[in-house]
Amino acid sequence: MTLMPGRPDFDVIASWVEPGHRVLDLGCGDGSLLRQLIATRDVQGWGVEIDDANILAAVRNGINVIQSNLEKGLADFADDAFDHVVLSRTLQTVRHTEHILREMLRVGREAVVSFPNFAYWKNLRSVLDGRMPVSEDLPYQWYDSPNVRFFTLLDFETLCQQMGLIIRERQVLDEAGTPVNASAARDLNFLGSLAVYRLTRPR
Amino acid sequence: MPGIGVVESQRIHFNEPLHLRSGGVLPSYELAVETYGTLNAAKSNAILVCHALSGHHHLAGHYADQPNNIGWWDNIIGPGRPLDTDKFFIVGLNNPGGCHGSTGPSSINPATGKPWGADFPMVAVVDWVNAQARLADFFGIDQWAAVMGGSLGGMQALRWSITYPERVRNALVIASAPKLSAQNIAFNDVARQAILTDPDFHGGHYYEFGTRPVRGLRLARMLGHITYLSNDQMGEKFGRELRNNAFSFDFDVEFEVESYLRYQGDKFAGYFDANTYLLMTKALDYFDPARLDDGDLVRTMARTHTDTNFLVASFTTDWRFSPARSREIVAALLANGRKVSYAEIDLNYGHDSFLMEDAHYHGLVGAFLGNIKL
Repeated sequence: MTLMPGRPDFDVIASWVEPGHRVLDLGCGDGSLLRQLIATRDVQGWGVEIDDANILAAVRNGINVIQSNLEKGLADFADDAFDHVVLSRTLQTVRHTEHILREMLRVGREAVVSFPNFAYWKNLRSVLDGRMPVSEDLPYQWYDSPNVRFFTLLDFETLCQQMGLIIRERQVLDEAGTPVNASAARDLNFLGSLAVYRLTRPR
Repeated sequence: MPGIGVVESQRIHFNEPLHLRSGGVLPSYELAVETYGTLNAAKSNAILVCHALSGHHHLAGHYADQPNNIGWWDNIIGPGRPLDTDKFFIVGLNNPGGCHGSTGPSSINPATGKPWGADFPMVAVVDWVNAQARLADFFGIDQWAAVMGGSLGGMQALRWSITYPERVRNALVIASAPKLSAQNIAFNDVARQAILTDPDFHGGHYYEFGTRPVRGLRLARMLGHITYLSNDQMGEKFGRELRNNAFSFDFDVEFEVESYLRYQGDKFAGYFDANTYLLMTKALDYFDPARLDDGDLVRTMARTHTDTNFLVASFTTDWRFSPARSREIVAALLANGRKVSYAEIDLNYGHDSFLMEDAHYHGLVGAFLGNIKL
C-alpha cells in the first residue's frame, strides 16, 4: 500500500525532519520514504513492515526493516528512541487507532501521520452517486481494500484533542499532491484528498 | 543452479596457546578448514560461516572421492547462490572441541600421548570466536565482510560483533537467542545425562576402552531431534502411521516417527563423538554475553560497532529458539540505534528451518549480502 515513489506527502514529511534525526517509518513498504529521507535529509532510518515481499524489497534497498505487526504495538522499541515516527497512509488500515498513536508518541518525540481524507469532495460526491470512492488516495475497491477505518480530517483532529495530542503542523494536499490553501478546517476537510499531520504530546 | 562442486579441506596448525573462558588452556591446536571462492587483494570479501551443535567445516560441495558427502549448508553457498562464491571468499571451520578434524576430545593430548577424553578443557562460544579471529589473522583478514550462522552458529556471529566489533561489517544471526532458557538447558541436560550414564562412557575416557557410549549419544540425538522439528511438521510427515498397519503389542518399532528418530539417532551415534556433544551443549548453556554487563543485553549490544549491519532472522515454527528470542536481540540493538533488520520467516520445519532452501529466506540473505560493497 506504500509502493508509489515520489509521493507528495513524502516531500512534506521530508521538510519536517532534520539531518541526523532518527526516523521510524511504520508500514514502510519497500523503504521508499526512508530512502528519500536518507538521500535528501541524511537521517538515520528504520522501518516496520509485516509483509514478506516488502521486507525483502526493503532489505534489497539497504533499509533497516523490522518485521512486526503494528496491531501488536511497538514493544521492540524503547521510549523516546526516535525523533520522528511516521505512519504514512497506513492509519486507516490499523484497527487499534488510539493504541498505535499512543505507541508512536511513546517511542518518538514527534509523530507524522498521513491518511486519505474521506470527506474530500470527490469522495463525498461518489458516495452521493451511490458508490464507494475510488481515487488516487483511496485506490481500492471496497472488496479488496486493506482500509478498516474511514475517517475525515475533522474526525482525526477531534480524536487528537480527546487524546491530548498536540498538532504542531498540518499540510493538506489535493489529489494531484498540490497543497490546499484554505484557512478554515471545514474548507480543508472539503478540498483535501490527503492530510499530513505533525503531532507531539505534552511533556 | 549447480553448486560449488569438488572442494578440499585443510588443517591449519596454531602454536600459540588458546586460553579458554573456563580457565583451561589448549597449548596448541589444529583447525579443520574449508574455503570457497577467492580472497580478493583488499581481503575485503571474506565471509565466516559458523557451525551449530553438530556442524563442521564442510559447508558446501563434495570431496572428489566422496561424491555423496555434500556440505551441510550447500544449498546457500555457490556461484549465484546467496553466499555467492563468485563474489565472496567463504570460510568454514570445525570449532575447537569438535570431532571433524579440529583439536577436540578425541585428539591426542600431547601431555599424555593419549586421547584428551574428559580432560579436554571446557570451551565456550567466546573461545571459538577467539580461535576464529586467529584464523582470520592467518588469512590476513582484518575485517570480515560478514560473519553468519544459525542457532549456536548465530550465537558466534553475535559474539563476534560484541568481542571484535571493528572486525565485523555485517552479522547474520539466524534462528538464535541471546541466551538459553531454562527449558533449553533442561533439554540439554537430559541429553547429557543419557551420555554420562551410559556404561560405555567410562568417565569420558571410553577411547582407551575401545568402546563408545553409543546408546547415550543415540538417545541424546533422538531427544535433540524432536526439538529441532515442529509439531505440525512431525504430524504431517509421520502422523500416527504404523509401519505394519497394525499394532504389534511390543516395544519394537511400530510408529513411523519411532523409526525415523531411531534412524537419526543411529546415524548420528555412528560418527559423532560423545565428548564433543557434551562440550557443545555446555557451550550453549553457558552462552550469555549480557553477563559482561550485569545481565543487561542493551548495554552489551552497545559494545557492537555503530557501522555493523545486522540481519536477525527467526522462523515462525521454531520453538527451540522462538522468534521472541530473536526479538530480544533486535530490541537490544534498536535500543542502541544499531543498523538492524529483522525477518520472521514463515517456514514449517521448526528450528531446522534455517538449513532449508526457501526462496524468501534465501532471497533475504542474498539481498542483505548483495548490499555489501567490496
